[in-house]
Amino acid sequence: MDLFDFKDGREGYYGEYGGTFLPEILHSTIEELKAEFRKAKEDPAFWQEFMQLMQSYSGRPTPVTHLENLSKKLGGAQIYVKREDLNHTGSHKINNVMGQGLLVKRMGKTRVIAETGAGQHGYATATMAARFGFESRIYMGAIDVARQRPNVFWMENMGSEVIAVTDGQQTLKDAINECLRDWVTNMDDTHYVLGTACGPHPFPEMVSWFQSIIGREAREQMLSSAGKLPDRIYACVGGGSNAIGLFQGFMDDKDVQLVGCEAGGFGPGKGNHASRLAYKDASVGVAQGMKTYFLQNDDGNMLETHSVAAGLDYIGVNPVLVHLWEEDRVRFEAVTDTQVTEALKVTMRSEGLIPALETAHAFAQAILEAEQMSKDDVVLINMSGRGDKDIFTIADALGDDHWKKFIKQKADAYSSEG
Amino acid sequence: MALNNYLAERKAARSNSDRPAMIMTHVVCGYPSFDANWKALEVMDSFGVDLVELQFPFSEPSADGPLFVKANQEAINNGVHVDDCFDFMAKVTAKFSFKVVMMGYYNTVFKTGHRQFMQRLKDAGAEAFILPDLPVEEAGELHELAKELDLSPIILMTPTNTDARLKQLASCADGFIYTVARKGVTGSDTSMTTEVSEFIQRCKTFTELPLAVGFGVSKSDDIKFIGKHADIAVIGTAALKAWEADGEQGLRDFFDQLLN
Repeated sequence: MDLFDFKDGREGYYGEYGGTFLPEILHSTIEELKAEFRKAKEDPAFWQEFMQLMQSYSGRPTPVTHLENLSKKLGGAQIYVKREDLNHTGSHKINNVMGQGLLVKRMGKTRVIAETGAGQHGYATATMAARFGFESRIYMGAIDVARQRPNVFWMENMGSEVIAVTDGQQTLKDAINECLRDWVTNMDDTHYVLGTACGPHPFPEMVSWFQSIIGREAREQMLSSAGKLPDRIYACVGGGSNAIGLFQGFMDDKDVQLVGCEAGGFGPGKGNHASRLAYKDASVGVAQGMKTYFLQNDDGNMLETHSVAAGLDYIGVNPVLVHLWEEDRVRFEAVTDTQVTEALKVTMRSEGLIPALETAHAFAQAILEAEQMSKDDVVLINMSGRGDKDIFTIADALGDDHWKKFIKQKADAYSSEG
Repeated sequence: MALNNYLAERKAARSNSDRPAMIMTHVVCGYPSFDANWKALEVMDSFGVDLVELQFPFSEPSADGPLFVKANQEAINNGVHVDDCFDFMAKVTAKFSFKVVMMGYYNTVFKTGHRQFMQRLKDAGAEAFILPDLPVEEAGELHELAKELDLSPIILMTPTNTDARLKQLASCADGFIYTVARKGVTGSDTSMTTEVSEFIQRCKTFTELPLAVGFGVSKSDDIKFIGKHADIAVIGTAALKAWEADGEQGLRDFFDQLLN
């Protein structure tokens, strides 16, 4: 099954979702990108170059780890995780970013811009820009800057300019708007490195393609390490890039259940969460370059969203996943902030793994379901990122007094420096 | 068609006056308030503007610059709904002699429903609509409805478009063409240079419709420049800045230096 052959519909559409909704001034820029991407996709040497780069620079292939302790503790299905956290920069974001970096080189552009929510994509983009020698600017909602300072620190130290966006809700969607504004001004030398499988065509297809490296590896690895394909696969879904990346490897395996885990935040109810499909608060709309499900009101204005995980705190969702959801190929579940904290604790204690807060959504849902499954069943979780970056948020969630004391001491030391 | 005739009449009338170009101004519905909008429109009307864009506020105004972003956001925070914008539009078209163009983002239309939105525009007395994030490829059904109701879809032409694309854009256009004088978002300065006039010239080879020139018009020389090369000067951010600085009087002074 090729999701991207557009045989039965218009290019860039998945069912009725997707499309290219951009100001006319970007028409030729998008056409150029489409053409360059098409050429790269049809050129086996390009994928080869990409694979080699990911191997030598990011440590691919990332392993699959069997969580024996956790599986035993729950007494249900055997739990495996695909270790995207072991990539350089600590998440799957680098896959897409390095791929787009190679395209930027091909297009002869010299400057890249990116939006970032949790900061992982910004961090990866800053890394790529440093490595390729591009000028770079990262747009990040002011609220996210405040809650993800460690990533901002690394971006700045790798030579990126980080702009705190103070418009709107000051989160991911507003950073995307700001990128579009930069792009309509500077498209001649600038490529917009969109970080998730959202936005105008060809981004959903392009990001999905680079991220498909996860699923390609994982399918082989599961066959060799678990001796069978997983019965269920879990991935967190903000924009949806790690989920579509993993799911693509199993698209033709009809018996493998695909589960997308969204941010349930405080629970159902408009404004309480960032769950577009699992809760019933979203509807179809057109914004940020694409037609998909958005958390919006009857006027088409976007709602406030909430999640403990900045990277899932987003109004829209990958149009490919929406199509697969409508076709009953992907199931969507919402996981609340409280469930996330519990999943994080149990994973750290039983396995010594620290999933990112985003990733912990997938862990929470998998733990919930694995317990009810048989010992012969196998589940696979995409560990899309590591949680070190979330130390401030996690310390708060766990109410860690030692950490608080350390921060106070640090603050005192800085203030005495004057 | 109605808009085409109106613009032809206004163009003819202008040849006997010392106004170098037709004028289109802009207000964001409900920012800072509908009362303030009304006062601004009275000032604009007193200067004989030809067209006014009424922008329906949207939460993601990605083609707008900082001042309009803020205006959109605050209007929504003030509780402005689509219904309020239509009510206001009906009052405006009943009272003033300039013609009204709806401006906004496609999601507002999509959520209301194509047919319903177009019908409501018609009922509220609008002549045309500008949706900067709706490319012509996606606009087929909406443009059919517009034709049925005699509303003009205003198409944007930009300096980055190829000749083939300009030709395609021209084939979808009605009323007038909005030519974007430069790259970027609304509100930054544009120097009216030969680059701009060459671009306008290039647009003219593909359409006979009047050309509006937007983005960064703020001085009387800009109007003269536009009058020489095109038909309609679009005044957006500069007027809102004047209002922000000094309210009604500020706006009056601004138009005075611009047009007299």
